[in-house]
Amino acid sequence: MEQPLTKNIITGNTLSLKDYEQAGGYAALRKVLKDNSPQQVQQIVKDSGLKGRGGAGFSTGIKWSFVPMDENARHPKYLICNADEMEPGTFKDRLLLEGNPHQLLEGMILAAYAIKADISYVFLRWAYRKAAEIMEKSISDAYAAGYVGKNVLGSGWNLEMYLHTGVGRYICGEETALLNALEGKRATPRAKPPFPQVSGLYGKPTIVNNVETLSCLPHIINNGADWFRSLSVSEDSGTKLYGVSGKVKRPGVWELPLGTTMREIIEEYAGGMTNGYSLKGVLPGGASTDFLTEQHLDIKMDYTSVAAAGSRLGTGTIVVMDDKTCPVGFVHNLQHFFAQESCGWCTPCREGLPWVERILSGLEKGNGSPEDMELLQMHTQYLGPGNTYCALAPGAMEPLQSALKYFREDFVRHIEEYKCPYEG
Amino acid sequence: MHESNLILEQKHNDHAHMEKKELLTEIEMRAIDHEISMVPYKKAAVIEALKIVQKQRRWISDESIDAIANYLEMSAAEVDSVATFYNLIFRKPVGKHVILLCDSISCYVMGYGKIYEALQKQLNIQFGQTTKDNLFTLLPNVCLGCCDHAPAMMIDEDLYEDVKEEQLDRILELYK
Repeated sequence: MEQPLTKNIITGNTLSLKDYEQAGGYAALRKVLKDNSPQQVQQIVKDSGLKGRGGAGFSTGIKWSFVPMDENARHPKYLICNADEMEPGTFKDRLLLEGNPHQLLEGMILAAYAIKADISYVFLRWAYRKAAEIMEKSISDAYAAGYVGKNVLGSGWNLEMYLHTGVGRYICGEETALLNALEGKRATPRAKPPFPQVSGLYGKPTIVNNVETLSCLPHIINNGADWFRSLSVSEDSGTKLYGVSGKVKRPGVWELPLGTTMREIIEEYAGGMTNGYSLKGVLPGGASTDFLTEQHLDIKMDYTSVAAAGSRLGTGTIVVMDDKTCPVGFVHNLQHFFAQESCGWCTPCREGLPWVERILSGLEKGNGSPEDMELLQMHTQYLGPGNTYCALAPGAMEPLQSALKYFREDFVRHIEEYKCPYEG
Repeated sequence: MHESNLILEQKHNDHAHMEKKELLTEIEMRAIDHEISMVPYKKAAVIEALKIVQKQRRWISDESIDAIANYLEMSAAEVDSVATFYNLIFRKPVGKHVILLCDSISCYVMGYGKIYEALQKQLNIQFGQTTKDNLFTLLPNVCLGCCDHAPAMMIDEDLYEDVKEEQLDRILELYK
């Protein structure tokens, strides 16, 4: 089994520039600067079938293809690495940032070359202090070695690279909100169109890609699109960093072929449930994905199969809900998070999420009524796709709508027994 | 109001204004100037300016808002709208050490509630409060990205994973 992204990562250690070069690092960059035009790099990545690993799962090559490439294109163009990992239950990018920083930087430089960018940023969340230190040093090492800066490896192409650390707020991970944050504004999402590829940071053509997505690029260039396609065990390409947290024996993160089943990830890699607990439900890819249950364990964890089961692959980090955790309390925790993190820009999200949170809080305390069930159901429609600026509220409704479907009995018991049946 | 009083008041305001302009220290101004040099226009450096000032003073007062606004040629309201948006910019005084306890889903499942209860008991404060001796401020924080080692918390820039109630004494002692 090939694990290109993590094979050189030793837990707790950081691969230095020298180590990375010895392992074949920056060969992909040398190769494209010599052999490939930016358009050719775009085509290779399109052919590889790489899809965004940040949650939305959009084709990376197609995303790039909307960037104006002719001589009239406005400059500076920007390439931004989204390292604002803040989706509850998600802890995969941290491994790549801390373990193999130059793999990410090479990926960024390749992506920047593919869109002929002039300036690149790593947008890193504040809480990743160790990663901040590592990225700071790695960027400076990359400058010193000539991989970024003026005249990259003598190619005549200039690329500047900066680290930006945020000051909190989940919404900064939404790509247009991230752009506003980088511009020093409140991180509210922007209306689309115009899309960032045409009018992004400071109104200039911009691409925002996730850490894991970018880390795939050196390997795709070195080994080719067909090789990348062959890594998976499904119709989607490549490997994926899967994680499991919750009451399992060995919580953690592993790079596995895309399409590995949920059962294999939970039972073999995470060691199965902690003794005394059984599995009641899972969020397959972070807080904003629909619940799946035991009946779905044999589905492949790829974009298509998880969607067919009624959820989303999201970030690929599974949160397990055990039989001793109250589903209403669990969903209340999620909705508290989303209500708090709503940027307040659009009304359905700003007003609707706190309403949902209050209803769930009442239910959990035993103050619910049958009407609450209708109200919650109604919100899953009103806050669903198409009614809001960005995907925050629709994402929040995914675990709620599926909880109402799979764990309805638990909600009803809270109402009928005037208390949380999981307490005492 | 009598006209001379008005003038007096005006003078007083001018004076206050002047003072505010000088509120940023040399170190702060140099650091902010560096940030300004990296962006297309001054305003774009406001988040960095808030970070710089907070690093020196631990929190952002109304006076700091005014000083930054003057320096970046923005209105104070505009600076404040940015400052209040981001949860790690503190608009109230905080203690010497800030505890960020993760309250997101994996930590919820793994019992962050018990850690919160223990912290409340030990420090005699709730989320959003500062201990009487000004040593600790306790704040909830979204997912810290170490869900495989939940529950997790940060004190200042230090990360603590797999936190157990019985370790809290020893951990807090390190900051006293």
